[in-house]
Order: sequence, then C-alpha cells, then structure tokens
Amino acid sequence: MIPAGFEYHRPADLTSAIGILQEHGDEARVVAGGHSLIPMMKLRMADLGHLVDLQDIDALKGIAVGGDTVTIGAMTTQHELITHDGLADALPILREAALQIADPQVRYVGTIGGNVANGDPGNDMPGLMQCLNARFSLTGPDGSREVAAREFYEAAYFTAREDEEILTVITIPLPAPGTGYAYAKQKRKIGDYATAAAAVLVGGGTASVAMTNLADTPIWSEAASAALAGGDTEGCVAAMLAAIDPQEDMRGPVAFKKHVAAVVLRRAIDSALSRRS
Amino acid sequence: MSKMHVKLTLNGQEVEGLAEPRMLLIHFLRENLKVTGPHIGCETSHCGACTVDMDGKSVKSCTVFVGQANGAEITTVEGLVNEDGSLGVLQEMFREHHGLQCGFCTPGMITRAHRLLQENPNPTEEDVRFGMAGNLCRCTGYQNIVKAVLASAAQLNAVKEAAE
Amino acid sequence: MKDEVQTPEDRSASLKGMGCSRKRVEDVRFTQGKGNYVDDIKLDGMLTGDFVRSPYAHARVTAINTEVALKVPGVLAVLTAKDLEPLGLHWMPTLAGDKQMVLADGKVLFQGQEVAFVVATDRYAAADGVAAVEVDYEELPVVTDPFKAMDADAPVLREDLEGQTEGAHGPRRHHNHIFTWEMGDKDATEQVLGEADVVAEEMVYYHRTHPMPLETCGCVASMDKVTGKLTVWGTFQAPHAVRTVASLISGIAEHNIRVISPDIGGGFGNKVGVYPGYICSIVASIVTGKPVKWVESRMDNLMSTAFARDYWMKGKIAATREGKITGLWCHTTADHGGFDACADPTKFPAGFMNICTGSYDIPVAYLAVDGVYTNKAPGGVAYRCSFRVTEAAYFIERMIEVLAIRLGMDAAELRRINFIKEDQFPYQSALGWEYDSGNYHAAWDKALKAVGYDELRKEQAQRIEDFKAGKTRKLLGIGLTHFTEIVGAGPVKNCDILGLGMFDSCEIRIHPTGSAIARLGTISQGQGHATTFAQIIASEIGIPADDITLEEGDTDTAPYGLGTYGSRSTPVAGAATAMAARKIRAKAQMIAAYLLEVHDDDVEFDVDRFVVKGAPERFKTMKEIAFASYNQAIPGVEPGLEAVSYYDPPNMTYPFGAYICAMEIDVDTGEHQVRSFYALDDCGTRINPMIIEGQVHGGATEGYAIAMGQEIAYDDMGNHKTATLMDFFVPTSWETPHYTTDHTVTPSPHHPIGAKGVGESPNVGSVPCFSNAVHDAFRPFGLVQSHMPHDQWRIWKIADDLGMHG
Repeated sequence: MIPAGFEYHRPADLTSAIGILQEHGDEARVVAGGHSLIPMMKLRMADLGHLVDLQDIDALKGIAVGGDTVTIGAMTTQHELITHDGLADALPILREAALQIADPQVRYVGTIGGNVANGDPGNDMPGLMQCLNARFSLTGPDGSREVAAREFYEAAYFTAREDEEILTVITIPLPAPGTGYAYAKQKRKIGDYATAAAAVLVGGGTASVAMTNLADTPIWSEAASAALAGGDTEGCVAAMLAAIDPQEDMRGPVAFKKHVAAVVLRRAIDSALSRRS
Repeated sequence: MSKMHVKLTLNGQEVEGLAEPRMLLIHFLRENLKVTGPHIGCETSHCGACTVDMDGKSVKSCTVFVGQANGAEITTVEGLVNEDGSLGVLQEMFREHHGLQCGFCTPGMITRAHRLLQENPNPTEEDVRFGMAGNLCRCTGYQNIVKAVLASAAQLNAVKEAAE
Repeated sequence: MKDEVQTPEDRSASLKGMGCSRKRVEDVRFTQGKGNYVDDIKLDGMLTGDFVRSPYAHARVTAINTEVALKVPGVLAVLTAKDLEPLGLHWMPTLAGDKQMVLADGKVLFQGQEVAFVVATDRYAAADGVAAVEVDYEELPVVTDPFKAMDADAPVLREDLEGQTEGAHGPRRHHNHIFTWEMGDKDATEQVLGEADVVAEEMVYYHRTHPMPLETCGCVASMDKVTGKLTVWGTFQAPHAVRTVASLISGIAEHNIRVISPDIGGGFGNKVGVYPGYICSIVASIVTGKPVKWVESRMDNLMSTAFARDYWMKGKIAATREGKITGLWCHTTADHGGFDACADPTKFPAGFMNICTGSYDIPVAYLAVDGVYTNKAPGGVAYRCSFRVTEAAYFIERMIEVLAIRLGMDAAELRRINFIKEDQFPYQSALGWEYDSGNYHAAWDKALKAVGYDELRKEQAQRIEDFKAGKTRKLLGIGLTHFTEIVGAGPVKNCDILGLGMFDSCEIRIHPTGSAIARLGTISQGQGHATTFAQIIASEIGIPADDITLEEGDTDTAPYGLGTYGSRSTPVAGAATAMAARKIRAKAQMIAAYLLEVHDDDVEFDVDRFVVKGAPERFKTMKEIAFASYNQAIPGVEPGLEAVSYYDPPNMTYPFGAYICAMEIDVDTGEHQVRSFYALDDCGTRINPMIIEGQVHGGATEGYAIAMGQEIAYDDMGNHKTATLMDFFVPTSWETPHYTTDHTVTPSPHHPIGAKGVGESPNVGSVPCFSNAVHDAFRPFGLVQSHMPHDQWRIWKIADDLGMHG
C-alpha cells in the first residue's frame, strides 16, 4: 500500500523533463495519469528514485482533427477523448474503445500516452493504435523521431522507447470515409482488462485487425487484415489465431481464450461490416 | 526523505502542509488534514472508496501523490453539505432511498454521483449504473443507490426549473 | 397538539414503531463523511503496526533478522514469536477449540501468515520497516487439496499437535485430521438408500470465498499505564466476547479492559474472530506505553483473515419413483486451512450443517463432517450466513435438482411434493432441529405465480428448439430455490462461544422528560440497529422512536451480549429488547394506576398511554408516567423507569424464502445475463420493510458474486491467486442484477414479537438460485453438476464438454 520514497519533479516544459531523465537515467520515470505506475509503486514492484510529473507540459496536450490525420497529445485523458465531439465524428472507434477502458474515475485521469507507452499487454490503446496504423512521436535528448505503433512493442513492458525519451504526440491517419469500425472487448466486469479484445477496420477493399491481451504485446496481424480485406472472415480469424499466444490466468485457460478471441473478432467484424457506408 | 510543501483548496478552503513526495493524497487528506470522509478499501485502485472531486474530475485519491495534487481544487463529501449545515440533495436522497448501510462506500459514492450529475443532469438508470461502476459497495446491491442518484437528478432539475 | 383529535392510528404512526419504513438515524453522519471507523481514530502519540508476512505456504522459519529494520527511521520495535512467548501470547485459542500462531513459531502454514510485527511512528515508516526485515525460510512440501491432505504420506502440517489423537471435538484419525462430527441415523439411512426406488448421488462443492467487507479489519489498542486500563477500539462483531477472551489470554483483569466497536464498514462474519493484529497491537501498546493502530491492507485481508465455505459435500438422496424423498445422506470434507479458526458455537464444529434437510420432509438422514488441515488461510467463518447454513442450503438445493434430473421431473414440482407442510410445524427434522414455523407451499405458489413460471418454461422449451436449430447461441436457465435457514443462535444449553452462552441483552432507561436511551449486546455493521431496535421499543413502550437513542459496542456501558453475526440480533437481542420494554411497560402500568387512583388491572395499554378500562377519557401518557417515576413516591415501587433483559432464546428461528431467477447464457463466450431475480422472504414479523429490502438487495448481490465468479483460489504451491480486487470478483453497479422483492409473514411462535431475522437469508437463498439457473440452462443437454463459481471460462467449459462448440 505504501510506496518507497522518491524525489518528485514537476517540470514546466519538455526540455526540462528530458533533462531530468538524462540526469538520473533508469532511476527516473515519467508519470502521466499514474493509474498504471502508481499501483505498481504501491506494491513496491516499481523501483524509482525520481518521479517526473508531466501534467504541466503544454506540448503534450491537445487534440487536433485535421483533414486526413488526427494528432493527440500524450497527456490527453480517456475522458477528453470520449467527450471531444470532433473526435467522435472523425474517429468513432477511439471513443468506442475508450468507453470500455477501466471505470469513470480512471478514465478521468488515465492518458492515451500512458496507455500506449507502458507496454502493458492488458492496455487497450496499443492494439487499437496498431489497427489504425498510428505513429508515436518520441522526443529525447537527441531530438524527435517517429515510431509506428506496429513497430513499437517488443515484449511485456519493453518498447522501442529509450529511457530518456518521452512519448509526446500520437498521430493517427484517418480511415477512408465510409470505413466500418468496431472495438469489441470481452471482460469479467467493468474495470477488468480484456479476456480478449479486437480492433477492426474494414471497407473499400482494405482492412486492419489487431488483438489485445492475447500475447505479451498487442497483435496486429497482416495476414488476418489481408484476409478480411478480401472478404474472407474465417481466413481472418484463422490467421489471427495463428498470431496470438494467450497465457492462462484467472480469466481462464488457453483454449478458452483462443475460443473467445475468435468469437470477439467475429463479432467485431460483423459490427464493423454493418457500419460501412 | 525530505518533505515538500503541499498547498491546495479543500472544500473551498486553502489548506497546506508538509508531506513526503510519496505520500498519497488519501493519506494527506485523512491524516494531515483530518478529513476522514474518503475511505480506504483496497490498494489496487479498484474500490473507489477514496473518490474525491479534483479540478472537476472524479479521482481515486489513493492513486495520486501529493505533488500531483499541488494547486488543485478538491471537494470531498464533507464539502457537499449546505452552508447552513443541512444535508445536500444527494445526501438527503441517499437517506431517503436507503442508499447506504454501513456507510463505508458512501462518501466516495456521493462524491462520484455529484460529478456524474454535472456530466449528465438527466441520466437514465443505465447511465447511472455505468457512471457509478468505479465505486464498489458490499451492502446495498446498488439498487437503492441508483434510485437515490436518479431522485437527486429529478430534485436538482426541479429546483433548476423553478429558478428559471 | 390537540390530543383528543388524534386517532390511535395517528398516534401509532407518529411513534414510527414496528412495521414502518423509518428513515435511518445513522445516515445523517454517514452521508456527511462523519462516521467514526477504526482508521478514523487518531490519538496523541499513536504508533502504527504492520506485519511481515510469509511468501511461502509451508516453510520453516529458520531466522528473522530485524537489525536493518530497527535502523529504519521511525521504526521503534519488531515483535516476533520469541517476544510473545514469555507472555504466552505467541499462540492464541481459536473459536473452534484449536490454537493458532499469532506470529510464526518455527514455521508458517499458509502464504501471507504473520511472521513479525513492526511498530513505527506512522504507516509509511512501518511499511519501510516491514520491507527491511530479513527472514530465512526453508520450504516444505505443500498440500492444498483436503483429500490429498488425508493421504497416509501427506506432509505433516501441525507439528504442534503431534501425537494428539484427541482433538477439541473428539478423536483425530490422521495428522491432518481435525474432527469428525456426525448427526442423524447412519444405519437407518443406509438401509433406506439400499431399498429405495431411486438414489441420486453427487459431489457438490461449495468453493472457498471470503466475506470481504469494504472496510478491512483493524484496531487501536491503548494501554494507559497510569490507570492500568486497556482500551481497544476494533472491528469487532462481538466486542464483549473479545474483552473476555483478551482478559483470559493476557491476564489483565476484565474490568480493566474496555473494548469499543465504533462504526464498522461491513462485517459479514469476517470480523467475528480474533486476529494476530489485535494481539500484537495490544502487546505493542503495553510495551511502548503508547496507543498502537493496526489496519490491514486489502491483500492482507484476503490472504490471512477468515475465509468462508470450502466444503466438499458428497450427497445421496433416496426417493420413490413418484418423487417422495425417503432419505438423505451427506458426507462433507471441510477444508479449514492451517488452523481451525472456524467461528462456530463450541458444540458445533460444522456449525448448523445439519439444516441440510432444508425445506423438505425427509424422514431419515445422516450427516458426517470431517475437518481437515491444509496449507491455506485459517477459518472458516459464516460469510453472511448462519453457521454453515449457506453450505447446507446449497447442498440440498443442488441435490433436489440432481434428483429431479434422475426422476425426469420438473424441479419446482419435486420441491412442492416434498415440502414440510404447514400443519407439521413445529417440525422435528431428522438431523435434530425443531423448525419453529413455516408455510412453504404458500411462499412457493406465490413465487411461481409472480414470475410466471409456466410461461418461463414454455419460453425455455422454445429456446431449446431454436438452439438445436442453430437459430441462437444463447440458452435460458431458470434458477429455483426454496431455502430454510436456521438463525438466532442460540439457546444457552447448547449454544456457546468459548463457554459464553449465546443469550443477548437490552437495557433501557427512560428519562424524566420521556425520551430514552437503550443499549444492546449486539453491534451493527450496517444493519441499522440504531434505527430498527428503537422501533421495537417505540411499539412496545409507546415512546416515539425519534426520542430513543440506541447504543451498542462499548463494553463499559453495553450489557453483555454475544454480538452480531448469524442473523442473531433480531431473534435474540430483539427479543431481549421486547422483554426489557415489557418490564418497563409493566412498571408503567403500576405507576399509571397509582396516578389514576385505580387498581393495576383497571388500566390497559393503548399505543402511547394507559387508559382506564371503560373510561378512555381518563389516561396517562407515557411521557407523564416517565416524569412521575422520577417525581412520585409510590408505595412499593422504586423510583426511575428502566429495565434490563438477558434473553436466552428457547430455540433458533427459521426464516425461509423462495427465490427464482431467469438467466441468459452465451455458450460461446461463457457470459451470462440475469434477466430477472425474484426474492420472496419470510422473516416473520417485519420491523422495517425498507431495511429488509436493502438487506435482500445486498445479500443477493454477495450471493451473485459468489455464484458467478468470486473465489479464494490457490495454485498447487499454495500461492494465493485472488488476493486483490483484480481477480477477487466483487461486481460493480453495472454487472449487478435488478431485484424484485416480495414477502409472506409467518411469525415465529416462540419469539416475543414473532420476528425471525433476515440479514443473511439472501446470501443463503441467492447462491443456489443463481447456480441452479446455470445448471438448468444446460440440463436439457446432459449437465448434472458443475462446480461454482460459474465464471465465464467455467460456463464455457460446460458447453465445451457437452460438445456445443463443434
């Protein structure tokens, strides 16, 4: 319940924040909404000497809906995503997914940046970002770079981000008009991570399929996406099943998770197909 | 660990104190500021008994460090009482509709309901059940809590209409 | 107020006595966050204690190094078993006649067991101290399966009991065996089974779970060296018993101990027993001379405090071809964890499991229970049920369903054929209980009609057709339960907790100006006693409930009682309240007669006054009588107006109910949805309908959680798998069903106000109701029995095993 001690920093800008990370190396960690990191600190499973609070940094805020992209500051909360009308029109799958994350209190504070940067296989945004072919901007002492969400996740809690880099902005290319979408998630109760979740885009001869919490990283399957683009739902499901690697836990055994993954994906596909226009 | 200076607005009053950076807001409220309405029911941010209203958001104060709350405006259930000391609408309706039994989840529930009704002054039962799903209760089975929140909405809307 | 204008109905209504939905007095402070729970208590110089806990389920503790911990800023002391041994407190007696380590004494027996107690200036320093204590362990083989624990070569858990072939409840036949308890007639039952037309046999498992109140357990112990008085505030469902036990084990004289249960954030049985944290806090306070607070974390609570259930119940039920039950046989293996810390009356090591004949007229029955040690947390307690009554009710309500399958009968009809009839009460059950009253047929018929049972079955039949035709992947299950509970422990001649008879008490004092204060030996943890017991007094004495302060929980002022659990408050303390009130009313009658200058028998009680018989314009109100008792010198009558009653109930009470639910099940995902839940409860006289309904909602929600996913699970190494709310299922407002409540009223003939108690009925009735719905959905496809909890993967597995995913 009680974390170990640390020094608290609340930099006013990105450069200062990066400076602190540089100075303290792996002793320092950033905190966004804190609802992944702080529970771990309370169980003393995350050891850090320096906590860098990002809440005052303007460069990490804001939602911009453009003609063909959406850019979202990393410190944008799930609540802000849900209540942004422009975003609901331009990219409805984002709101559909955000509403299925955690509970109202966590959504008020939890950020999209925290959700994608942590590398927690249970988080919903990583798979969705892969489905959307989003790009993450990372800024460090040597400048900024972009990494595709599809290339960002290496293993549980291991991502392409270097220790001294901060994930600043997420850039999402808008799907073509009329693209069907769905984010479907089976869970034990509100607040739980997914037993299985699927993000699906389909329409105009293209498709994109990503699965959540069925491996130690999100799984975007090129083969599944191609099959669906070609109208082959069962081929899509088979390819997805070949790509995931679920582990047994209190949600259930592997056979159950695989079965549910297929069911959830099929339902997401049906929903997405019906939403094409 | 050396302490930091913490200053925030609590239920309309400016308060301050010294605390280690690792101190959780819930402990700062309960132990330093002696505001014991918000409670502790778990340590994994699930139960919601610690819910406060912070800068217009429902927040689990057990998952916030004092530094993060520096400068914030915080309302706890104590702050929902009327100026003359009478119970606020939510508090009255919780009593009227038997929306509490042991009372342990109640401060968090009422504080969350307060924000829910700001978000949506006309919720359906489904909206209330979804909107309160971050607060666990072991005694009531939620049914009367939902009734109390809906009754509060009706009451607050009636007052608003009368004023217009 | 023109008294002549008020009708008796008006006067009665203004009392807010029994039967009215009086709003709760407690709510004024709770809704403002002004409750006073243990963790709200802050005393000058108060220290905090916290535990070092074992990561292993079974291990020797070979060394505890406190050197580094003692250097942590703020840490004042680290207690181990060696420190408690000279005080004889390194072990403590349990409520089940066993003993339990307070701190690890050479070994640990379950993951999370208390090893050392760190005392520090605040909880942050205590946590740092805990992290700095170094403990050396030597792992030992683990046994988590109670059947394997009884193998000849099973690891020895309780080395302290080595060679002891006699336990607290009779002979022990194996090193991990605790007791055998038998009731009924073994030979007659086996004969009936041998001769029956039909015998259905099944293993019914009621899995391990935990009462998980939202407030965890804790205490503040404060030894005042100047007065020599120990004060302990704590989450105690039985404060007086705790005081007596504390005195016996500490050697501090009982008059120098004051135990206070302040506001308690839910108990549900979790807060009945004595935990190591209480003992260590008391010792630490004595040693340091300062108050010491211990409040456990949620993980501590789920890992080390008393669990509930964990009963493997093998049943055989015999019947005629037409469905009349002729005999019942049950053998139960009871998994108690590392220590038998079951909170039961002394003579009942398996609680009231012998209520397992349920609502049915079963002429012959036999029950045997074997208690077993395993490497799990100690217990178990009655999680919102009277002792083991949830297990018994689940058992019989499953066996009825299993029998219905064997006979090819409708389960509602099978129940009706076998219900105890109204004219059979008081009913002597084959396992030794005398049921006080009941009208099961009336309740059952009312319930079936209310839910439209026949239409539900028709809908279900159509659904089965649709499913087989591939039109749907959702099944419809109809869950049925008719339960009979046994609560209100209990008659002193056979019910005691550690030798303390299970009577209860009420003391009432009327003030000169006509208001009153009453104190009880019970303690509310949310049941609303301050509101409801005042209603009893209001009706009995004729003083408005709003003019009655009701207190509980302070052992310096409250009369001795055995506390609140097992739905005993209304049956026992409620009876004491009525009896004390009647003593006052009897004295008031004498005072009234004196004031009115008539004979005692010439006045009669009328709502809130005594009137002269035949001359109703001549009366004295209770208010006038109260003042007179302080003001008049009445020959032969002492001044004042108060009474105390210690009530020894002649019997338990037997609330009952009929619960029916409809549940949709998705066979591909294992998800379910409760479409409707109807609960009819008969708790005899109903004191406050609003509170009764609230109890049913809450208890049914706990039952929903238990049936549909809540469990305390361990892996084979004894690692706890459900120690946080991530995996320990507590439903939110979103998952929780909507409930329809209803009632019948069959008063208890032996209770002064005919009331039976209701707080735990919904947990007893709802679990089999939800579980039977799951079973019922799959019955047409061949399912007989599948163990709870019915979480998504287990429901999916039922479907998978039945070949539904082909």
